[in-house]
Amino acid sequence: MDLKLDHHSKDGIEIVDVEGEIDVYTAPRLRELLIELVNSRYYQLVVNMEKVEFLDSTGLGVLVGGLKRVRAHDGSLDLVCTQERILKIFRITGLTKVFGIHDTVDEAIAARRSEK
Amino acid sequence: MATVELSFTPLPAHVRTARLVATAVARRSGVDESLLDEVRLAVGEACSRAVEEHQLHCPAEPVRLALSDMADRFEVEVTDNCAPDSAKVTGVGQESKSTGAGVAAMEPGLGFAVIAGLADNVEISETAAGTSIRMSWPSAGVVR
Repeated sequence: MDLKLDHHSKDGIEIVDVEGEIDVYTAPRLRELLIELVNSRYYQLVVNMEKVEFLDSTGLGVLVGGLKRVRAHDGSLDLVCTQERILKIFRITGLTKVFGIHDTVDEAIAARRSEK
Repeated sequence: MATVELSFTPLPAHVRTARLVATAVARRSGVDESLLDEVRLAVGEACSRAVEEHQLHCPAEPVRLALSDMADRFEVEVTDNCAPDSAKVTGVGQESKSTGAGVAAMEPGLGFAVIAGLADNVEISETAAGTSIRMSWPSAGVVR
């Protein structure tokens, strides 16, 4: 399956919905979207990965790049993911310590709000 | 001789094909269903790395993938054809360069970290032809 990307605002936070496979072929599209959002001054991001079927290190690199970009503006990039096979990749690479990973979008928003 | 051999032009779009083929052959070789996701991801990582190396150093050469079912192992070998002096890889978790300009533009070593974390057994070697990543998983033998 190819990559489908969408985004919308919720409670002042931009939610990025990702569906399909994030790999060396599709990851550049996600990177472009994250750059576009930051350039449009969206610095509080939640990437919803509940419908992601595949994620490789290229995708991880794009997410890390997005995190660096929003942090440069005192922003945040949290993830929503409950799929074990995706979470495993974050654990192997130690990135569970870098990203806030939540079970639902509402939980991610609430966690972000409580840190403000 | 490998059970299935595949060579493809070094384009990111073909990495998905390589993943699909590897997963199908692994399933047929008797690799447990619970390990197929690991095979798919590790093969994708190795092929992505090879594609990036080829695009930087030898875009006209194909990336090669060999899938072999042994008695009780399923083995995958991904070989790039970039000469060792143009693309050095010294071991798992290490990578000699990070261009940032390649298609993957991934963090150095991140792909290798994923491979090392997933494959049951990993061996990286340099030959005269290029770099070879050999990975294997336990299997129940060929399903005939």
